[in-house]
Amino acid sequence: MSGKAKPFLVSTTLAAALVSGVVHADVVIGVAGPFTGTYAAYGDQVWRGAQAAADAINKDGGVNGDKIRLVKGDDACDPKQAVAVANRLIESDKVVAVVGHFCSSSVIPTNEIYADAGVITISPAATNPKVTERGLPTVFRNCGRDDQQGIVAGDYIVDVLKAKRVVIIHDKDTYGQGLADATKIELNKKGVKEVLYEGLTRGEKDFNALVTKIRATDPEVVYFGGLHPEAGPLVRQLREQGVTAKFISGDGIVTDELVSAAGGAQYVNGVMMTFGADPRNNPAGKSVVEKFRANGYEPEGYTLYSYSSVQALAAAFNATKSTNGEKASAWLKSHPVPTAIGNKEWDKNGDLKVSDYVMYQWGPDGKYKQL
Amino acid sequence: MLTCLDPLAGRDKVRVSQLTDGTLIVDGIFLQQMVNGLTLGSVYGLIAIGYTMVYGIIGMINFAHGDVYMVSAYLAAIGLAVFSFFGVQSFPFLILGTLVFTIVVTGVYGLVIERVAYKPLRNSTRLAPLISAIGMSLILQNYVQISQGARQQGVPTLLEGSMRFSIGTGFVQLTYTKIFILIAAFIGMAILTWLIKCTKLGRMCRAVQQDRKMASILGINTDRVISYVFIIGAAMAALAGVLITMNYGTFDFYAGFIIGIKAFTAAVLGGIGSLPGAMFGGLILGVAESQFAGMVNSDYKDVFSFALLVLILILRPQGLLGRPLVTKV
Repeated sequence: MSGKAKPFLVSTTLAAALVSGVVHADVVIGVAGPFTGTYAAYGDQVWRGAQAAADAINKDGGVNGDKIRLVKGDDACDPKQAVAVANRLIESDKVVAVVGHFCSSSVIPTNEIYADAGVITISPAATNPKVTERGLPTVFRNCGRDDQQGIVAGDYIVDVLKAKRVVIIHDKDTYGQGLADATKIELNKKGVKEVLYEGLTRGEKDFNALVTKIRATDPEVVYFGGLHPEAGPLVRQLREQGVTAKFISGDGIVTDELVSAAGGAQYVNGVMMTFGADPRNNPAGKSVVEKFRANGYEPEGYTLYSYSSVQALAAAFNATKSTNGEKASAWLKSHPVPTAIGNKEWDKNGDLKVSDYVMYQWGPDGKYKQL
Repeated sequence: MLTCLDPLAGRDKVRVSQLTDGTLIVDGIFLQQMVNGLTLGSVYGLIAIGYTMVYGIIGMINFAHGDVYMVSAYLAAIGLAVFSFFGVQSFPFLILGTLVFTIVVTGVYGLVIERVAYKPLRNSTRLAPLISAIGMSLILQNYVQISQGARQQGVPTLLEGSMRFSIGTGFVQLTYTKIFILIAAFIGMAILTWLIKCTKLGRMCRAVQQDRKMASILGINTDRVISYVFIIGAAMAALAGVLITMNYGTFDFYAGFIIGIKAFTAAVLGGIGSLPGAMFGGLILGVAESQFAGMVNSDYKDVFSFALLVLILILRPQGLLGRPLVTKV
């Protein structure tokens, strides 16, 4: 067995040496995300965005005169695979920066590996607060945080809806309860004390007992931290028991499946949620969006977030005249970068200074619109 | 007087009664939770029948039963789609057709599962069919996930509208769907009781339950009776599947897991092996869950139900309506 493996090993080392000899002049950026598996559609968006940005930058002279070359790292949103991918990107692909990973659960374990190697990372999608809260200097994200969603929702409930009687429900899960708590903190800060704060069990479909309890508090707003499989039945049973309170949730319900989970568009009519503003509407990216469309691709979802991440990396490398991750990180934290989705500014943790969460509302046709 | 003071006049008046008189509030909320609990509990009961009958007759816990219910929910949606495609629009015919279709096909599932997974293991150790049941549960889940997708599935509301009864200052809201569930579950249980008590098939089932070897000596085809029991259990799960699909309008490939565990708990609570015990256990469990969630906290309602189960099993190890185990010497 080992006798057979030897020539293979030798040949791969040879090949690696040959390749790295050719590649040395390029600026290698890793694009890590789920390119296979359940979430492969998101990986495709990230790759297309990064590819388009790299092409545009290369056309304009590249980074410090060198061309950007992208390499894929497929983690399938699996934390274990993500760690292997991170090591491969650093050891054999010699990346200087990474756009990704996509899922928070993949970002958290890989951040430290990249940080040790001094590789700068920008995630286009990971919203878990923990991502940027571990004091790693080269970690960035190009999206909001779950606790920023809570602030937007809390402000909307108090300032726009002027609600006094708010019920907060969560699903006892990291994401759901975190979101509910963030909203609760913002509400309490604004002087609104929730009239009920309770959890439900994920996987169940019958929340009638909880709904009756909610009804007894006569709420104006029901805020739910959780995902659509529970949000659908919950809102339906609220309506069936005659509760007309506004139903508000976060980005965990941004999917058409909410309608089937509720069993009909009439139940989700009027449901509100916080979600990132649609980047395609940003005037700064008008020409980029048009170029995508001219090539027959609609830049939906995370495409433009990925595009903007590559732009930010290129800007930082150009400004510092190097591809050093630590220098580029320090520069990004003190300079705003104009990108296809507007000017982006990062704070000392690597979070965006301004979150782009806005309120969306579901209509009677089972589609959602930005308010 | 109250409405003048209340800035939210016209809304749910329960809050007002809460402010003026602490005792009145119990009426509306308590009764509403009873209704919630009974509808949930009757469905638990229907599924619990499958667990209890199989246990009674071959002493095995059929862990795939929750997934049989899940399959029936998909079949119910398919049935609804097919019948409405062929122009059946009136509710009674639509629901009757769907019920017959779902019960028949789910019954076939029950039969096939028994033949494939349990019958070859009839004379092996007691643990073997248990493991086989867990495997069958995984197969059903993955088979549905692959063939139907992991998405949440939904069906449109069949019975719109509801009744509202004022009680004291509160009210009880009863959707027509809930009323239909209570009636249908009651009829289902009544038919089953008649089947077991008064028919030849029922007598054979009871005989096999009491002593399988003796029953076969007396000329009863025990293998066939066991197959019948699996079909009956699956049919009851199918009834529950249709009712739940109507009530919540949504299901997915994982829907059988939690409800299966709850129904199994109900069967143990009522006394596993006892038919009225399963129905009664389901109702008790549903009402206990709802009342606890309403009065105390919904975070801990499962803790409460299982604590109740432990308590009952300590005081009455055979369950509420189960027969005490006679040790033969």
